Amino acid sequence: MGKAVKKYFALFVLPTLIAFVIAFAVPFLMGVYLSFTEFRTVSDAQFVGFANYIKAFSENNEFLFSLWFTVKFAVVSVFSINVLAFALALMLTRGIKGTNLFRTVFFMPNLIGGIVLGYIWQLIINGVLYKYGYSITSNPTFGFWGLVILMNWQMIGYMMIIYIAGIQNISTDILEAAKVDGANSFTTLFRIIIPSVMPSVTICLFLTITNSFKMFDPNLALTAGAPSKQTQMVALDIYNTFYSRSGYEGVGQAKAVMFFLVVAVIALLQLWFTRRKEVES
Amino acid sequence: MKKKVTALLLVIVVICMSISLTACGKKKSQVYFLNFKPEAANAYKEIAAAYEKETGISVKVVTAAANTYEQTLKSEIAKSDAPTIFQVNGPIGYNEWKDYCLDIKDSKLYSYLSDDTLAIKEDDGVYAVPYVVEGYGIIYNDAIMQRYFALPEKKTDITSTDEINSFDTLKAVVGDMTANLSKLGIEGVFASTSLSSGEDWRWQTHLLNVPLYYEFSENTDYDDPTLAGLNLKDIEFKYHQNFENIFDLYINNSITEKTLLGSKSTADSMAEFALGKVAMVQNGNWAWSQISDVEGNTVKANDIKFMPIYTGIDGEKGQGLCIGTENYIAINKNVTQEQQKASLDFLDWLFSSTTGKDFVTNKLDYITPFNTFTEDELPNDPLAKEVVRYMNDDSVKTVPWIFTSFPSEEFKSHIGSYLLDYAQGTRKWDEFKKELINKWKSER
Repeated sequence: MGKAVKKYFALFVLPTLIAFVIAFAVPFLMGVYLSFTEFRTVSDAQFVGFANYIKAFSENNEFLFSLWFTVKFAVVSVFSINVLAFALALMLTRGIKGTNLFRTVFFMPNLIGGIVLGYIWQLIINGVLYKYGYSITSNPTFGFWGLVILMNWQMIGYMMIIYIAGIQNISTDILEAAKVDGANSFTTLFRIIIPSVMPSVTICLFLTITNSFKMFDPNLALTAGAPSKQTQMVALDIYNTFYSRSGYEGVGQAKAVMFFLVVAVIALLQLWFTRRKEVES
Repeated sequence: MKKKVTALLLVIVVICMSISLTACGKKKSQVYFLNFKPEAANAYKEIAAAYEKETGISVKVVTAAANTYEQTLKSEIAKSDAPTIFQVNGPIGYNEWKDYCLDIKDSKLYSYLSDDTLAIKEDDGVYAVPYVVEGYGIIYNDAIMQRYFALPEKKTDITSTDEINSFDTLKAVVGDMTANLSKLGIEGVFASTSLSSGEDWRWQTHLLNVPLYYEFSENTDYDDPTLAGLNLKDIEFKYHQNFENIFDLYINNSITEKTLLGSKSTADSMAEFALGKVAMVQNGNWAWSQISDVEGNTVKANDIKFMPIYTGIDGEKGQGLCIGTENYIAINKNVTQEQQKASLDFLDWLFSSTTGKDFVTNKLDYITPFNTFTEDELPNDPLAKEVVRYMNDDSVKTVPWIFTSFPSEEFKSHIGSYLLDYAQGTRKWDEFKKELINKWKSER
């Protein structure tokens, strides 16, 4: 069997490889190339060197502003999502009544598309703010927290499921041993449960960090950057640069490449860091 | 085992091939029209069906969602099945898409233009032809106005809308109406000044047209205000006070509180008007379908009238509606000659055959700039009739659409976001004014 697999290795890899090349490698390389060109549609590019990268910073400070906004957003939401998801996971592994129902309920928001979520939350948030004579566009702070709430609502269920899987994997022997040794629930949590679910933490952090950075459609539907692009995250800024200004397609592309590098570096650092923790435990 | 695998692979290969073959087999449509006007989407579908029935040539119509035309065009035109007919929004739009515009100086469509200076030309070629003339102003519900004029508590001495002929009279009437809202049975004089992003074009483009038109027409270096707009690098924004006048009037006498305008859309405003909750709304004759299609609308067609947008500029007496076009049709240069011909034939049919013209007048409700349409072939909706009435009235002076000379989309949306900030009270008018001047310069 092993021999047969080896023999057909190329054949088996081929379909996935083709899909990967068509759907990822080619667009990615083309995107990097386009960031060095000026173009209207992807078929009429003219090479301009680093001009687009310079323009991305010199033209106005929208890119840096939205990058900073995104970083703030990511820090707040990564923290809140993981803490809340882990807390829910702990509660829902205690065997309380209706555990399955709760798990389903918390997971459900993850199945709704971002645009729909954005509009739903816009209605809810505006409904509340109207009472006080404001709307979500009145103040960028409203938009910021609106986005955080939305992101939490969407992602907590998903992360909770991953944490539940991790917690359920902890062998009861260790927990019982801890109990016999007289560890209180606080010590058990920090000395046993958290170190044991480090693999889940790695995954959850990775997913929340990358998703927070890349968030686009809820942003578009909830605030669309209003007021005055002050709640515009990087993905939306790239989209707006690319589409709503003619002659700026290349600049949008350049921003996208830089954005990719930033997210990739942060995500890799995080993986390296949490992986190390895993080994130690 | 091996046999099974081979068989399986064979099956997969066959399936894949058949899929790719059917994909190839799908025939390209001869004519592909990328429509700009969401409100006309259904009418174009009917037109395409009728044309296919008559000639057997398939017409594909795709409509871009509101305010997404540029990006839809950008991605569609890069495809192998690219739009054969698309539209540009005037000289600025033509500059962006000139590599794609076919010279149509020998086409029938161009020959139909009653005033051939309307077309977009460069050197000897004609690259885009306007297909609809539109007008905008303040739409009002005459039933409510009559109720106001009959009001015993009325404080102004104005007894008919014809007497509203300047900003001062308009302001007096509106202010007095706001004081008597409940007696008039309305919730605000003006519909919401929609300022959510992508929904602010009525202000950052249409309303801004008025003060800038007066500024540009005073510039004697150019024969024509649009030309001045296209060439000026620095503008003065001399009539900013007048822009503030009218904008303040809108937001202070509105159905919606100023701070909440950022979440309102044009459709919201039109619905408020259609349901009789407000007396006035600034929009153009294209909005008729948005009024008539609202469920439970209470406004009678013959009560819907237009009045000019007064801003208090000297010499605005006798000002008419803002009438012009930003809808220019162009043929894609990069599709096959056969497709180009089919596209021109389709347009020829639409704007000159009896069936086509019937669709244009009665379904699309277009007032066209073509001489193939006679005086009786004008749309029947109340707003279009009003536009025609103003066009034919020699005692008023039409304000042309000079906003086709605004430097870029970015300029308009940026200004729009500043208007929102102003309405919400987070920015001063002075900041808006300065930003407008700066942005014009940097985007030019």
